[in-house]
Amino acid sequence: MRIITKHDLQAGRKLQRPASVAPILLAMSVLALIMAAPALAPYDPYNVAIGERLKAPGAGHWLGTDHLGRDLLSRIISGIRTTLGTSLLILACSMLIGVPLGLLSGYLGGLCDRVFKRAVDAFMTLPDYIFAIVLSGLLGPGLINLLSAVIAVKWVSYARLARSIVLLEKQKEYIALATLSGVSPHRIVIKHILPHTWGNVLVLAALDLGKIILMIASLSYIGLGPQPPAAEWGSMLNEGRLYYHTAPHLMLVPGLAIMLTVLLANIAGDRLRDKYDVRNKERA
Amino acid sequence: MLRSIGKKLLELLLFFLLMSVVSFCLLKLVPGDPVRSILRVDDVAVSNEQLEAMRDQLGLNKPLIVQYGIWLKQLVQLDLGHSLITHRSVFTEFAGKLPYTLSLTGGSLIVMLLIAMPLGTLSALYRDRWIDRLSRTISLIGSSLPSFWLGLLLIQLFAVRLRMLPPMGEGSILHLILPSLTLGLAMSAVYVRLIRSSLIESASQDFVASARARGLHPARVFLFHTFRHSLVPLITVFSGSMGSLLGGTVVIEVLFAYPGIGKWIVDAIAARDYPVIQGYILFMSVFIVSINVLVEMSYRWINPEIASKGKEIG
Repeated sequence: MRIITKHDLQAGRKLQRPASVAPILLAMSVLALIMAAPALAPYDPYNVAIGERLKAPGAGHWLGTDHLGRDLLSRIISGIRTTLGTSLLILACSMLIGVPLGLLSGYLGGLCDRVFKRAVDAFMTLPDYIFAIVLSGLLGPGLINLLSAVIAVKWVSYARLARSIVLLEKQKEYIALATLSGVSPHRIVIKHILPHTWGNVLVLAALDLGKIILMIASLSYIGLGPQPPAAEWGSMLNEGRLYYHTAPHLMLVPGLAIMLTVLLANIAGDRLRDKYDVRNKERA
Repeated sequence: MLRSIGKKLLELLLFFLLMSVVSFCLLKLVPGDPVRSILRVDDVAVSNEQLEAMRDQLGLNKPLIVQYGIWLKQLVQLDLGHSLITHRSVFTEFAGKLPYTLSLTGGSLIVMLLIAMPLGTLSALYRDRWIDRLSRTISLIGSSLPSFWLGLLLIQLFAVRLRMLPPMGEGSILHLILPSLTLGLAMSAVYVRLIRSSLIESASQDFVASARARGLHPARVFLFHTFRHSLVPLITVFSGSMGSLLGGTVVIEVLFAYPGIGKWIVDAIAARDYPVIQGYILFMSVFIVSINVLVEMSYRWINPEIASKGKEIG
C-alpha cells in the first residue's frame, strides 16, 4: 500500500502548469524527429550499391556502409522511426486500452472487478517477454504483428495501475462529496479520478519505454520483427553480425544507437519518478 | 490453517485450468496451419486428400470443445502429446532441455550475485560518495544495454579475439561461461540499484538504530539486522523477475545456439509445432507459480513477523 502524499494530489494538476512545458516540448521534438527522419537521412536508406559495400566510416559515408552498400547513417536515422516510433505507438495504445479498462473495473467494483482482477493476475504470471515471443511468433514475423503482440502484453500493467489508483481514490471524502452533490459517475471518473492517475501512468510509461525498445530490438534480432530491407536497429544487428571482422561498425553502431536511446528514456523515467515521487509501485 | 491451504490449492487449480484454456485457444486463434508445415506443402506437392487425411489423423477436424477435452484428459495424465516435427513426447523433450536452461539460469544468478552484492552494498555504505556514483552510473548504462548485443560483443572479445572460450553450442562448463556472463551482467545492472535502495531503507529502521545503541559491532548490525531486513523486498522482486529471467534466456540461447528450452520454443514457433508451444506455456506457468509459492514460504523463514501475521489471518 502506498501512502498518498500531498505531492501526489498535486501531480495531476501539475500537467496543466506552465512548468511542465519542458517535457511536452521534449516529447514534441522527439515526435518531430520521428516524422522528419526520412528527410534527415543523407542517402536513401534502401539504396543498394554493391560497389560501396562494407565501407568503414569515413568522409562519404559518416558511419560507413553495410553488406549491401547501403549508407549506415541513413539506415540508423530511418531506424529511429521504426524502433522509437513503434515503441511510442505501443506505449500509447497500451495506455489507451489499459487505463480506461482499469478505471472502469476499479470504479464499478463488484463481481466485474473481481473477475477482471483475477484475469489480470493470471496474465501477469506469465512473463511478458515470453508471452510476446510466443504471440508474435505465432502471428508471424512483421512489424504490425510485433506491435500487436507487445501491446497485448503491455496493456495489463496499465490497467492494473489505473485500477489500484481508483481503489485508493474512491475511498476519499471528496469523491463521496462529489457523489452526494449529484455529480454523475462518468464525470467523477473523468474529472476527479483520471487526473490522479496521470502522474503514475506517466512514470510507468517512461520507465517502460526503455524496456519496450529493448524488447522490440531483441525480437527483431531473432527474426520476429520487420523483415528486410526494413531498417530496424535489432534486425540491423542481426544482419551485421556476420561481417564483424571486415566491418565491425555494422555491429557497434546499431547497438550504440539502441543503448543511447534506452539510456535517455531511462534517465527521463528516473527524473519523472523523482518529480512525482512514485517510489513504491506496489499495488493494491 | 488447513482451510487456507485448501483454498490456495483450489485457486491454483483454477488458475492452471484457466491457463490451459488460454494456451489451447491461443493456438486455435492464430493464423498458420500445422498440417501444412508437417507435410511441407511449400516444398513438396501434396494433394488435398492427403491434407485432409492428416487432419483426421491429428484430430483437427473434431469440434474445438472435443479437441480441448481430449487434450485436457491427456494433460491430466501428464501426456502433452508428441511434437509434430520430431515425434517425441513433449514432456520428454522438455525434461531433456530443462537442465540446460536451469544451469544457464543458475550460472547467471551466480554472476549477478558476485557483481551486484558487493557493488550494491558498497553503494549503500558509501552513499553519495564516488563509489556510489560510479556504481549507479554503471548500472544505469548496464540496464540500457540490449543483452544480445552485450553477448555479441563478449563473443567477439573472448571467443574470437582472445580464443579463451568457445563461442557457442554446449558440451562443457566452458560453454556455459559466456551466456551466463551475458545474462548475469545484464541482470546485475538492475540488482545493484535494488540492493542499494533496499539496504538504505533498512538502515533507517528503528531497530537498526537500537541495535547500534546497544553497542553491537557494526558488522554484526549490518549482517543480522540491516541485511536480513532488506532480504524480504529483494526476494519479492527477485521472484517477480524470475519470469523475465527465463524470458531473457530465450534470446541468449538463440544467440549462443544453446540447446535449452528458450531455443526449443523459438524453433517450435518457427515450425508451428502446436503441442510443443502449448506444453511450453503450461510448463512455464506451472514453474513460475511454483516459484511464487516457494517465495511466499521463504518469507516465513526470513521474517518471523510475517509468519505470525499469516497465522492470525489464516
